[in-house]
Amino acid sequence: MTTPAFDLSGRTVDAVVIGASAGGLEALLAILTQLPPGYHLPLVAVLHLPSHGDSRLAEVLGARMRLPVREAADKEKVEPGTLYVAPGGYHLLVEQDLSLSLSCDPPVHYSRPSIDVMMESAADAWGERLAGILLTGANEDGAGGLACIGERGGLTIVQDPDEAAVSTMPRAAIARRAPDHVLGLAGIHALLLELDKH
Amino acid sequence: MKRDATEIELKLLAEAIYLRYGHDFRDYSGASHKRRVMHALPEFGCATISALQSRVLHEPAVFQALLQFLTIPVSEMFRDPSYYLALRRDVVPLLQTYPSIKVWVAGCCTGEEVYSLAILLHEEGLLERSLIYGTDINPASLEKARRGIFPLAAMQRYADNYQKAGGKRQLSDYYTAAYEAALLDRFLSANVTFADHSLATDNVFSETHLVSCRNVLIYFNRKLQDRALGLFHASLCHRGFLGLGAKESMDFSACRDRFETVDRRERLYRKL
Repeated sequence: MTTPAFDLSGRTVDAVVIGASAGGLEALLAILTQLPPGYHLPLVAVLHLPSHGDSRLAEVLGARMRLPVREAADKEKVEPGTLYVAPGGYHLLVEQDLSLSLSCDPPVHYSRPSIDVMMESAADAWGERLAGILLTGANEDGAGGLACIGERGGLTIVQDPDEAAVSTMPRAAIARRAPDHVLGLAGIHALLLELDKH
Repeated sequence: MKRDATEIELKLLAEAIYLRYGHDFRDYSGASHKRRVMHALPEFGCATISALQSRVLHEPAVFQALLQFLTIPVSEMFRDPSYYLALRRDVVPLLQTYPSIKVWVAGCCTGEEVYSLAILLHEEGLLERSLIYGTDINPASLEKARRGIFPLAAMQRYADNYQKAGGKRQLSDYYTAAYEAALLDRFLSANVTFADHSLATDNVFSETHLVSCRNVLIYFNRKLQDRALGLFHASLCHRGFLGLGAKESMDFSACRDRFETVDRRERLYRKL
């Protein structure tokens, strides 16, 4: 298989943040399950979920992935090569010292966790050394957060709306601020592998 | 290392508020606190945090208004019903052994959790010999809590929570509905004291048998979390109980060796 050529322009990232909504579980699995053991970038993901009851997202992803998956715990330090997912009913934020924190502040775009909240705080914490990925979804959460990552000099990637299960979220992000890459899920997976080499 | 201008402004604002009004936000979780401040800026017609700081320093009314943004009240009755089930199962039998019972709801917001506990204690036959302290740093929230009036529209969800929380009657038995509002029965607050208290700057005010502090510590950094947990430890009687929020734990705290876990899932702990 030939790796698509990405112009990363000597860019180095320290972390990857991912947002997804409707149809997002399948999309997350498609880009993440084949990441190899030893992958070193930390990954932080927000997937919109029903806000009541305990989500088993970390378990579901953990059973399919070769990297450790954890539901984000408040004030936990971000470790390399680990996927953190937001617990249902809480916003997930990244602090300046690269620990995670949770909040019960009101929903943003009817969502808690909100992708915007997570991505904006991650942009503050990692600045230009961050890659943000926005996948399928039926609302406009994430567009603002991804734009924030781009404005801070981070790398922005949006799933190709024509391929996305629901195109509203990718389209909103593209309309808000042109992303660095618009890719299918296979392309996003390849880019994740490429980012880990730099 | 050069710091971002906004980061500096946030530190200065927290310092200004502390020096001028004594409210200490300096050890709040930075990311959430920043969101709240940024959200407040347009409400005060300020383009920058520095501009807001100037208004806060010179206009006490602006600080009181800003406080409503910095301590966003989010609460509901019988939130996380399984927590209340665990209280009934694991804590009530021990509370029953005391001639009088003191409960502290720290960070009680607008009082929903205080009234939930009052109902639980009433149904367990303990309310008459209980004293519940509900404390918060936001005077407007405390005033709402004292009134005990909640939107009728929210009661549907609270009633659902109440049933799942092991409620023995109907939630509607405890309030009078009028004009889209639910007025909680006065007997529930007969033994309740709502008071101003800060986990960041104040000390222990009473010995207690149960401390419930839910979804408050997540807004604190580890240093302030440790301070608050230290206060709870000092306040609790020998073998007293502590309940935290569903996603809060003592795993990363210096205090974890001073409590034993009663129910890990429900975040129920007991003083060692």
